[in-house]
Amino acid sequence: MRRRDLLKTAAATSVALALPNIGRAASASTLSFVPQADLAVLDPVWTSAYVTRNHGFLVFDTLYGIDSSYKAQPQMVAGHVVDADGLKWTLTLRDGLTFHDGTPVLARDCVASIKRWGARDAFGQALLAASDEIAAPDDKHIVFRLKRPFPLLPDALAKVASNMLPIMPERLAKTDPFTQVSEMVGSGPYRFRADERVPGARVVYDRFAGYVPREGGEASWTAGPKRAHFDRVEWNVIPDAATAAGAVQSGEVDWLEQPSYDLLPLIRRNAKLHVDLLDPTGFPSMLRFNHLYPPFDNPAIRRALLGAVDQTDVMTAIAGDDKSMWLADVGIFPPASPMASRAGMAVLEGPRDYDKVKRDLAAAGYKGEPVVAMLATDFPTLQAMGNVGIDILKRAGMNVDVQAMDWGTVVQRRAKREPPSKGGWNVFFTSFSGLDQFTPAGYLGIRGNGAQAWFGWPTAPKLEALRDQWFAAPDLASQKALCAQIQQQAFIDVPFLPLGAYYQPTVYRSTLTGVLKGLPLFWNVQRQG
Amino acid sequence: MLVYALRRVLATIPVMAVVALFVFSLLYFAPGDPAAIIAGDQATPEQIAHIRASLGLDRPFLVRFGEWSWHILHGDLGTSIFTNLPVSHMIAQRLEPTFSLMLLTLILSLVVAIPMGVVAAWRQGSWIDRLIMVVAVFGFSTPVFVIGYLLAYVFALQLDWLPVQGYTPIAEGFWPFLQSLILPAVTLGGIYIALIARITRASMLEVLSQDYVRTARAKGLGERAVLFVHALKNAAVPIVTVAGLGVALLIGGAVVTESVFAIPGLGRLTVDAILRRDYPVIQGVVLLFSFVYVLVNLLVDLLYSLFDPRIRY
Repeated sequence: MRRRDLLKTAAATSVALALPNIGRAASASTLSFVPQADLAVLDPVWTSAYVTRNHGFLVFDTLYGIDSSYKAQPQMVAGHVVDADGLKWTLTLRDGLTFHDGTPVLARDCVASIKRWGARDAFGQALLAASDEIAAPDDKHIVFRLKRPFPLLPDALAKVASNMLPIMPERLAKTDPFTQVSEMVGSGPYRFRADERVPGARVVYDRFAGYVPREGGEASWTAGPKRAHFDRVEWNVIPDAATAAGAVQSGEVDWLEQPSYDLLPLIRRNAKLHVDLLDPTGFPSMLRFNHLYPPFDNPAIRRALLGAVDQTDVMTAIAGDDKSMWLADVGIFPPASPMASRAGMAVLEGPRDYDKVKRDLAAAGYKGEPVVAMLATDFPTLQAMGNVGIDILKRAGMNVDVQAMDWGTVVQRRAKREPPSKGGWNVFFTSFSGLDQFTPAGYLGIRGNGAQAWFGWPTAPKLEALRDQWFAAPDLASQKALCAQIQQQAFIDVPFLPLGAYYQPTVYRSTLTGVLKGLPLFWNVQRQG
Repeated sequence: MLVYALRRVLATIPVMAVVALFVFSLLYFAPGDPAAIIAGDQATPEQIAHIRASLGLDRPFLVRFGEWSWHILHGDLGTSIFTNLPVSHMIAQRLEPTFSLMLLTLILSLVVAIPMGVVAAWRQGSWIDRLIMVVAVFGFSTPVFVIGYLLAYVFALQLDWLPVQGYTPIAEGFWPFLQSLILPAVTLGGIYIALIARITRASMLEVLSQDYVRTARAKGLGERAVLFVHALKNAAVPIVTVAGLGVALLIGGAVVTESVFAIPGLGRLTVDAILRRDYPVIQGVVLLFSFVYVLVNLLVDLLYSLFDPRIRY
């Protein structure tokens, strides 16, 4: 080939390559979204993974929704009536509710769904424990007969933290709560397309033509009318953070749920992209103790370590220097929660005096026993949190045995109750959405019910008693007062060390409007221009 | 040769059985618990134990291995613990992207690397030889993900010629299909091109010093005929061997390349399954890769007789 021919061919190839509108986010009626992780499990009762909860809100409608002021609002129900003694609640379903298989939503479907969810979810378990009977006397009414007043009943049914309450047909809701349902049939605004699913790569939803949004009001979090503007929502799983950021920059996708903190400066420079914070409660982080074995079976040692906690260091390692992306000075409840208070917070304030912490540890009886710290290395936030958390323990003079592993190994090993020297553990690091810790209802970290408690198995009867009282609290003021006591007691029992809270940014094309707060929700969103 | 091929195919059965036992044992004794991952961070230990029991993960090794082997013998790779879908269905969904990527990479690599190696040997010691070897060393020593990021930055983000990520099935058009695979194939091909170019050069240097090459030149044949008809054919056996062995490199490289370019192939399926401890999927994919590798080796052995008639089976 002659040189000139070669150049001509190269030029022609370049033009041809540039001709098609490469990889742009599908059509105007399709919303392309990159979720935080692969949607491996579809059943929001079977797992508490956030990605499955987000999928759940697309496919399943809920009896109540939560609005931006964290109040439960009727969603599938038209309203409810509570008897004077507070022991009988009657919920009435609104008209026009239909499942994706074309069958009407009946009260008995809701009852079966509530019972299945209540077998798994902590808030649901509390509701079921307070209930004598949950019945469907007819197709439109759900009746709760309670043993004791449960003023938080709508809040439980509206739960946005994991596990959400998905309303599904009775035939599916009768599935064992520890077995995954075999079909995705909900009554939400979008319908799951099982035929187009490629696990690990793509999930597709079609707008459900039979969905009837609530009338009146405004969409806010999971409350209000759920008006679906896109005909189709596609979730494209992109495991690599840099590639995902590239895809949203190039316009191949519309919305990236969780951009990497490292790439935020680059993304922020792009005028076609908008960086937003959906979850105002952030992600409170913790160092969790194993309360079964020395040295952390000793509450005085756990208390001494409160003086070593430097939340600013931990949060800077996770989210960088931009202070709008994290909060230090975080107690037991996330600051956005009305349950948060300053009660007992003095232990986390002021300069950190590690010499004093060492003296306190020695006085408490710490004799240099090894501390097995499990460090997850496959999630950047958990790795950063763990590295600084381990450094805090070392600066306090503890003899730390750092064991690096992937998160899959951490979640297996943290369930082991054997001594740390025989495959068990002493501490691990994790974070939750603040929604999970918003109130004591679903907050596993503060449970003190020993062998039944969350990993670490603290025994803290006073915390348990305060939690029980909270469920029966008649109003917000009483709830807040009890949560202040819970926080003070938590700084005595120290089930974990609070390490601060980071905000998880999301990024979407500036042409998208109507993106709701709270969590990734796909109704109300529109594309302009 | 047919008998030989049949004997080799039959010999894969014990090989696959050993692979199956090895993979199953490795996963059984490896740390990790799919039930804990399924249940999520909000689950209590009791709930995880309940899920583990419902999935049958608390049964003894021999019971689980026996059951799995029985299903394999009946052509059933099992069901994914997480997605509840048949493993064979999940693998089938991923075959096209991975094999398309590997085939394109193979074609690209052979088309680029063999002429590079031939020219380098032909002009041994010249600047072009050195340049080709520098390129080969660069290709061999640069991690796949670095090449991938650089290519995506230049050709997708800056020039906007090709997509950053994703895969378009061939059924949706050949051109979009090709567009989605160009950058991944070039990325994955880097190491393969380097490997084949170097072995081609080495093999050609040996052949070019043979008497029959001198004879061919003496009788007046042109350089092109000498190089590509006489020398290359005789240098082909080691090239084919290395190209065949290099399929393992492609399989390993596909895992990284598919992650960087978000291609829904078998590599990503494997990584996802390992991170989740989705045992049936891992076992199914490893068996498939082992089988492919055994078949490629068989193909390489059969190709020997094509290039060298002295080799008989």
